[in-house]
Amino acid sequence: MTSLIHDASAALTERPSGHTSQLSEQGKAVRMRALTLLGLGTLFLTTSCKDSHIDNLEERSRLSDEVSLWPLPQQFQTSPVAFKLSASRFKIVHAPGSTAGPSCSLLQNAFRRYFKYIFGYVNEQGQPRSRVFDSELRELQVLITSTDPECDAYPSLKTDESCKFAVVFLTAFVVVFVVLGLETFSQLVYEDDYGVNNINKTSILDYPRFSHRGILLDTSRHYLPLKVILANLEVMAMNKFNVFHWHIVDDSSFPFLSRTFPNLSQQGAYHPYTHVYTPVDVKSVIEFARMRGIRVIAEFDTPGHTQSWGKGQTDLLTPCYSGSSPSGTFGPVNPILNSTYDFMTSFFKEISSVFADAYIHLGGDEVDFSCWKSNPDIQKFMEQQGFGQDYSKLESYYIQRLLDIVSSTKKGYMVWQEVFDNEVKLKGDTVVEVWKMNMVEEELQNVTGAGFTTILSAPWYLDYISYGQDWKNYYKVEPLSFNGTPEQKKLVIGGEACLWGEYVDATNLTPRLWPRASAVAERLWSDENVKDIGSAYSRLEKHRCHMVRRGIPAEPLFVGHCGHEYSGL
Amino acid sequence: MTSLNMALKMFQAQIKLLRFLFLLIVIYGEVEHVYGVWPMPQQITQSTERYLLNPRVFALSYANDSMAQSGCSVLDVAFKRYFKLIFPDFAHGTGRDKSLRFGNTLRFYGELYVANIFRQKYLNSISCSVKLGLESFSQLVYQDDSSAYFVNKTEIEDYPRFQFRGLLLDTSRHYLPVNSILSTLDAMAYSKFNVFHWHIVDDPSFPYQSSTYPDLSNKGAFHPMTHIYTQSDVRRVIAHARLRGIRVLPEFDSPGHTLSWGKGQPDFLTPCYKGDVPSGSFGPLNPTLSSSYQFMSDLFKEVTSVFHDSHVHLGGDEVDFTCWKSNPKVQAFMAKMGFGSDYTKLESYYMENILNITAALNKISIVWQDVFDYHEHIPKDTVLEIWRGTPAEIRAELGRITLAGHRVLLSAPWYLNHISYGQDWRNAYTVQPQNFSGTEQQKELVIGGEVCMWGEYVDATNLVSRLWPRACAAAERLWSNEKKTSSVERAFPRLKDFRCTLVRRGIQAEPLFFGHCKHEYSGL
Repeated sequence: MTSLIHDASAALTERPSGHTSQLSEQGKAVRMRALTLLGLGTLFLTTSCKDSHIDNLEERSRLSDEVSLWPLPQQFQTSPVAFKLSASRFKIVHAPGSTAGPSCSLLQNAFRRYFKYIFGYVNEQGQPRSRVFDSELRELQVLITSTDPECDAYPSLKTDESCKFAVVFLTAFVVVFVVLGLETFSQLVYEDDYGVNNINKTSILDYPRFSHRGILLDTSRHYLPLKVILANLEVMAMNKFNVFHWHIVDDSSFPFLSRTFPNLSQQGAYHPYTHVYTPVDVKSVIEFARMRGIRVIAEFDTPGHTQSWGKGQTDLLTPCYSGSSPSGTFGPVNPILNSTYDFMTSFFKEISSVFADAYIHLGGDEVDFSCWKSNPDIQKFMEQQGFGQDYSKLESYYIQRLLDIVSSTKKGYMVWQEVFDNEVKLKGDTVVEVWKMNMVEEELQNVTGAGFTTILSAPWYLDYISYGQDWKNYYKVEPLSFNGTPEQKKLVIGGEACLWGEYVDATNLTPRLWPRASAVAERLWSDENVKDIGSAYSRLEKHRCHMVRRGIPAEPLFVGHCGHEYSGL
Repeated sequence: MTSLNMALKMFQAQIKLLRFLFLLIVIYGEVEHVYGVWPMPQQITQSTERYLLNPRVFALSYANDSMAQSGCSVLDVAFKRYFKLIFPDFAHGTGRDKSLRFGNTLRFYGELYVANIFRQKYLNSISCSVKLGLESFSQLVYQDDSSAYFVNKTEIEDYPRFQFRGLLLDTSRHYLPVNSILSTLDAMAYSKFNVFHWHIVDDPSFPYQSSTYPDLSNKGAFHPMTHIYTQSDVRRVIAHARLRGIRVLPEFDSPGHTLSWGKGQPDFLTPCYKGDVPSGSFGPLNPTLSSSYQFMSDLFKEVTSVFHDSHVHLGGDEVDFTCWKSNPKVQAFMAKMGFGSDYTKLESYYMENILNITAALNKISIVWQDVFDYHEHIPKDTVLEIWRGTPAEIRAELGRITLAGHRVLLSAPWYLNHISYGQDWRNAYTVQPQNFSGTEQQKELVIGGEVCMWGEYVDATNLVSRLWPRACAAAERLWSNEKKTSSVERAFPRLKDFRCTLVRRGIQAEPLFFGHCKHEYSGL
């Protein structure tokens, strides 16, 4: 067994003939840039194969057609030499010298998960007959190089995501990237004509182009059962997404069960028991995500989009007036009452302890001023404050106070672009999310020009559907195409695919999201020069069959078939 | 119209056969639920008087004067199926008899009059209408907050506006596992669709396993073993459909849309030429060879015996002439037949032959509108299906086809594979199939319509949620009185309820807009 590993690693250190070695300098440059982008000082690479990779894009695409990797790794080299994998003998193990071991439950879970993905489809065989293959791969060794493998940590923005592996070694700085590497490894395994699992001799060095690769799900307009959320975290991992933006409450319903204010979901959820997320539910989402290297960023959007909050919290919303008397309807959060800010202080104190991530999304989008305008108390307040008729000043006043409250919880915050547009004073580490379809480039230019980090979601509103292959539009987006200095471009840390819930619930969410979001995944992970639609089509087609094979109802790209069709009905 | 009324009266007399055994409980309180039925019945009168249904004693049984009695298999299994649909919790054993809590019970015989003038030769007309009535009845039963089952006193008189209410699935562009087809048939029955138009083969693949020509699927399917419909699969689909009052209409589309046929049947397609030499690619079926007709005759002999329905769909749409034009033998044949350079004549020649073949097999043919557009001399009993055009063009085509005396089906406004953001069911709902200029006789030639789910972008992963509840809009248009169902706004809350009913029954029907169902879909 050991000799086999030696064979394989020896082969890996072989210098491939031809052009590849001279391209390695270029490759290094690309890698350096990406790592600088992540703001990291150190490189962790071992030297076994960094000088042998394929950087010719055409060549890469051609090879990738055979192995069908999605998203495409930054550098990889593969050869026709194949090894067989046997379900009864293959093991994923900790390499000698790895700083992580069997006590790292995140890794042990990932090992088991990917073992099942690789071998789960074969029938249980009886006693294996003794057989000798020419070449067999029996072990995948996982080597963690950081002194702190971060087995129990939550993934964060700062984490360096790169990993490198040859068929027998998977080396990564910390454990989170092993999960990503295992996904790539599992995509390299293929069934030959006899149904035997094979893997070709391959070496890969991989890291993401952007560090924030998110999916937004909306659990307010429709309630999504926990099972659906977990399943989509699983698919996110298959696509190397690393942020779950949980738009958990909105006008339509308030499914988050708050310990401090249980009335919010008692009155504001579609149903106080069947349509809520209990603290245990939320915890299990966060842990399930952590196991897959995914951050959970919760969004509690105010002062607009808060109709459902008002049901369980009296005097929180602004009473609208019809003439001189209250009309009985309510508008945005009432920004003129001290009780509002007392409420927000207690509420976000709870939120900041429930959600482990360093960031909270505070929303701040689409505030309708007509109710504020109708209310005589607000008019009076506007006068006192000297805001004149400019209600965006009132909005800024509210947001400013809210931001101060949230800052005191030691959390960073994300906001929708309006908050920046209204010139609210933001902390330096604020992330501004650009979502408006018009003037996207100008907005990116302005936000980064003001020195704020930003993520892009405007071109990736996947709830907008149309006939045909719209994934191509998502794929063609170039997030850094705006005019700006290199420093400005570095401030774009990623993007999000958003699936708003007006027309989406558990019945249609998964096929609507996948594989359309996979197009966004590759744009955010792979090199900017990976943009050939033809190559993407054939790889994505296979990737979608991978997902279907794993029980995910990912919809088809076009006419055709998968070897194993979806059978989950 | 007088004959219609007579038929109605006759059936009303006949159809007292179904009686329901109720438990009558006197209810105190103001609770008042009146639930809708989708599609809207022709006549429905609901009172606030409600009855408790006790699943422990409730029975669906044959009345003494019923012409059908136990042993009528279609009804026996329908009773069993609908019992589960009426009492969704009871199957899971919710335990003790809750209804006892309400006080004294009293045995009571209620009657649900289900009048139905819908008659089809392929099925026992009585059992068919009873099943449709059972569906309406099952939708009238509701649960209150304590999970007890109730039905309000209701009188329904019902019959469909159109006799042909179809749904097309395309199993060639993507293979649909048999389970997907069966669950679609279930949902069709819930919406009172009665024709499953099975577009079974096309250019991309040939999944139908023919006993006469096994090579067609051996070589033309996506995979010869896993992506095919065996004879027993087909029988299973037909049996499942029959029990739900649904006809299975197979379509074997030719002479275009046949690329996959060519793989398993040599010399069947026209070889295309580039200059003087064959280019290696193939076009539509080769209409110049007598072997083509022999093959089609043998194939349809098999097909029409496997699929029992009185109708068969022959396609005939979208024939591309470029390949025929390039082929010197086809050119020579054109000259010999005196067709000049009008290739529609060649196509007509082919279709005429095929129509004769199916006529000889005693089947009535349905073809896409193209066949009418280029050929006026088709048999009178041929049904035309309209699939394209702007609303104005569709109205004109309806006028032309019915003026020529042909029966016609409408599917153009109901291509559900075309998706867009928002509530597109509203457009499907407001279609008026008989709104074209023509005589009353002409309007009666519109026998119904079909929703079509073409398969370019649809397979088992997204079929169900893309079909339902969008197809329900057309279901109501084809079943109900147009005047009584003209308001989209009034339909909206009813359709929302019906969508939740579908979800409760395990059909992955997507939401109309934001909101919730009491029981959400619990699959993936």
